[in-house]
Amino acid sequence: MPDGPLIPRDRRVHPVPYDPAYKTSVTRSPHLPLLSMESTPSEETGPRFGHSLIGPLDNNLILNWTKGEAPAIGERILVHGRVLDQMGRPVPRTLVEIWQANAGGRYRHVKDGYLAPLDPNFGGCGRTLTDEAGRYQFLTIRPGAYPWPNRTNDWRPMHIHFSVFGQSFGQRLISQMYFQGDPLIDLCPIANTVKSRAQLDRLVAPLDMAHARPLDFLAYKFDIVLRGRRQTMFENRPEGM
Amino acid sequence: MVQKLDWLDETPSQTAGPYVHIGCIPTFAGLRDIYPEDLGLSPIEDGAEGEIVTITGSVFDGTGWAIRDAMLESWQPDAQGLFAGQAGTDPKVSGFSRFAADGETGEYTLRTVKPGTVALPGGGRQAPHISLWIVARGINVGLSTRLYFEDEDNSADPLLRRIEQRQRVQTLVAKKTGPGQYRFDIHLQGDNETVFLDL
Ligand SMILES: [Fe+3]
Repeated sequence: MPDGPLIPRDRRVHPVPYDPAYKTSVTRSPHLPLLSMESTPSEETGPRFGHSLIGPLDNNLILNWTKGEAPAIGERILVHGRVLDQMGRPVPRTLVEIWQANAGGRYRHVKDGYLAPLDPNFGGCGRTLTDEAGRYQFLTIRPGAYPWPNRTNDWRPMHIHFSVFGQSFGQRLISQMYFQGDPLIDLCPIANTVKSRAQLDRLVAPLDMAHARPLDFLAYKFDIVLRGRRQTMFENRPEGM
Repeated sequence: MVQKLDWLDETPSQTAGPYVHIGCIPTFAGLRDIYPEDLGLSPIEDGAEGEIVTITGSVFDGTGWAIRDAMLESWQPDAQGLFAGQAGTDPKVSGFSRFAADGETGEYTLRTVKPGTVALPGGGRQAPHISLWIVARGINVGLSTRLYFEDEDNSADPLLRRIEQRQRVQTLVAKKTGPGQYRFDIHLQGDNETVFLDL
């Protein structure tokens, strides 16, 4: 069966756009309803990226900043998982990009002035393509928690930012991965823009000892589900009929 | 109880935050040569067929402030209305681009080829448009919208026709400011709130 239109986004699984506890969202959330329509070729197609894009160290944040010269400071971890669509099908050859703070909670960004020092051996970004089974992996260090200007004493839990393309522009997703057992998750206004606890739990990666390497690194598993497409043996009906 | 539906919920979105550039356009964040070049620097290569256009604009918050940390992505077909990956497309048009609001002025610039009309599977065509996706600190779910062109015939476009409040159509139409030059401002809130899409 050919792939049909994208399945409409279930907005209930997503964060609320407007949340006074996350102050910046107050002036940046649309007030008016979104305009809904069945997806068109503009959303059902999307950019594809080839293996030629990816360098050999791109998914190794411990070594990529120094081109393999010296390892980053911090607790070594493997982050791995699968990218699936809503039908449970693997999404192969799709670009996954991550960015994160260093072990002290500092980003290498011109606008981050946090007290914690930069690690000269850590850049903080990586990218990879999923394999045929939709799998990806990154070797990195556990990012530190960091304070941020919101309420007087708000801290971000340890997290890794994820950007995933999928196979169509309408599947585009940016999210964050949290770590099992981090007490700051419950206090974080950004994590808590996701109002369903079951949904927030899907952003929390469990410790995965089966993929940890003895005397080397711990592992965390983080699966990502992108929008699926309707599959039907019936022809599409023209718009408005 | 009823049977279980055997499909999965989408992973929840989270804000891209203020440091999205590190992961997506590292050069902008000050990370030079971690990759040979930033992804999506341009949606076209030299020699792309069609009219080359330059679009500038800003993303305004509800107070009228041009936000400085937004990242935008664009996706579009070539001048014939074909998307990369489809048969017969212009090999000089990847159709994908990434660009950031300037850290000092909040202004973005997109230089591309004007897209053609797009055939719909059920018949009819969409007016020339560029799909945009906007993320930033404070935006919890990336915002989708479209950019149409003031000097094209937009009257039969199925998406624009769905907008009940006709004065809002203009929020999706780039204004021509000179030969090959357009202005497209995005308003997250307020009297001119842009029409954002769920499709
Ligand atoms: Fe962060």
